[in-house]
Amino acid sequence: MKKLVFLITGLTVALYGTILFAEPEAEQAAFKSYFHNKFPDVDKPDFINGVYALDSNAREQWMEIEEFPPYEIAIDEGEALFNNTRFTDGKSYSHCFGTGQHLRKKYPYFDKERTQVVTMELAINDCREKHGAKPLKYKIGDLAKISAYLSYHSRGDVIDVIVSGPAAIQAYNKGKEYYYTKRGQLNFACVDCHVSSAGKRLRTEILSPSLGHVSHFPVYRLKWGSIGTLHRRFSGCNSQVRAKSQPGQSEDYRNLEFFLSYMSNDLEFNGPGVRR
Amino acid sequence: MTEIFSLARCRVYLFRSIMFSLISFSSTYALSKGTLDIETTRVEQGEKLAFDRKSGNCLACHAIGLGTMSGNLAPPLFAMKERFPNPQKLTQQISNSLLSNEDSIMPPFGLHGLLNEDQISKIVDYLYTL
Ligand code: HEC
Ligand code: HEC
Repeated sequence: MKKLVFLITGLTVALYGTILFAEPEAEQAAFKSYFHNKFPDVDKPDFINGVYALDSNAREQWMEIEEFPPYEIAIDEGEALFNNTRFTDGKSYSHCFGTGQHLRKKYPYFDKERTQVVTMELAINDCREKHGAKPLKYKIGDLAKISAYLSYHSRGDVIDVIVSGPAAIQAYNKGKEYYYTKRGQLNFACVDCHVSSAGKRLRTEILSPSLGHVSHFPVYRLKWGSIGTLHRRFSGCNSQVRAKSQPGQSEDYRNLEFFLSYMSNDLEFNGPGVRR
Repeated sequence: MTEIFSLARCRVYLFRSIMFSLISFSSTYALSKGTLDIETTRVEQGEKLAFDRKSGNCLACHAIGLGTMSGNLAPPLFAMKERFPNPQKLTQQISNSLLSNEDSIMPPFGLHGLLNEDQISKIVDYLYTL
């Protein structure tokens, strides 16, 4: 019994510790300075370019691809979808999102009423459902194209995620925990590959730093041959370590996006991007 | 470093001369040839297991022997006899890397059922030729 009481007090203290003393701000500063110190030659704003900020060879190839960017079609198709879709009630996306300009920087945010993280992709489907349309798939296809269009018209805006209030801090902490937890048969946490090993090679692939990870999504991946959302990439990294991947916009993934976006505050959005 | 290398080299020469005498021995006494074949294939199998993306995939992180397209996330594996004189320690590193470093990013191959005991022991045999 005594042991149990001890255990419970211990757990409560630990729990309170993480809630009361969690200091997202200090954690963000530490996260950033880790990468700034690890890669002193990388200009700070350049972290939005992932692995291309680190490796000049890869960067050159990427710049060549950027001359005729393969995500351009997705932007055009996304634009048409955004402007031409009429829901059964006669409304359109603009009813929810206005002109769609400079929208990206509003997301992700913590919705205090719904007590959950709302991402731009979730908001797109929320809009559809509100107006009687079926939700779109979250990782690929039309939704990724609309996201590409909206992201394109938010280029240069600054990531500015706010974590305030106990419920938001809790979502942030859940995202953080997901990020640091080892999983899968290969036993990897996100941090293992994208912090401590960032810049190193896994086989022939250079690992990108997590700082700036969210800035350039959705991404056209040559490997996919199509455009995909951030959550598609999350599930790819999950399967890579033989862990169970989650559906797009699962609570875990939204909390993870919330955490990662907060870590990248002050960097610019530059989506959509192109990656190998 | 050079000391380790030259030591390793000595061992290689010693190993080769032993092998050579074994081979000449076996050509006279066909009996021992069987075991020699098994020894060679264990090492070969170990190498294959270590390199293959679908089994050990050790090259994802380590530079090893003649393996190509290796990552540099982890220390190169060389002079294993000198650095890991105790085969149990080497086996443990592969079977459960978390015992020597609980934060290790090296997958615990045995613990998580990625490789079985026999496969790990073949990889160990191979690593001792490095
Ligand atoms: C075993 C290693 C490994 C683990 C674990 C891992 N990743 Fe990755 N990740 C990669 C590789 C390899 C790439 C492709 C190269 C690159 O851009 O880093 C990548 C790419 C990414 C990208 C795209 C980067 C870009 O610039 O487009 C994101 C985002 C990402 N990972 C997030 C995560 C998250 C979140 C987790 C944990 C849920 C995770 N990764 C776990 C290996 C890993
Ligand atoms: C994803 C990365 C990764 C993979 C795959 C991997 N290792 Fe490792 N290995 C490491 C790291 C990192 C270390 C450094 C020590 C530590 O953190 O455990 C290490 C250490 C070792 C060591 C000790 C080396 C020394 O000099 O102290 C041996 C031996 C070893 N690994 C063998 C293997 C074998 C055999 C395989 C494949 C069956 C393998 N490793 C696969 C990451 C990896």
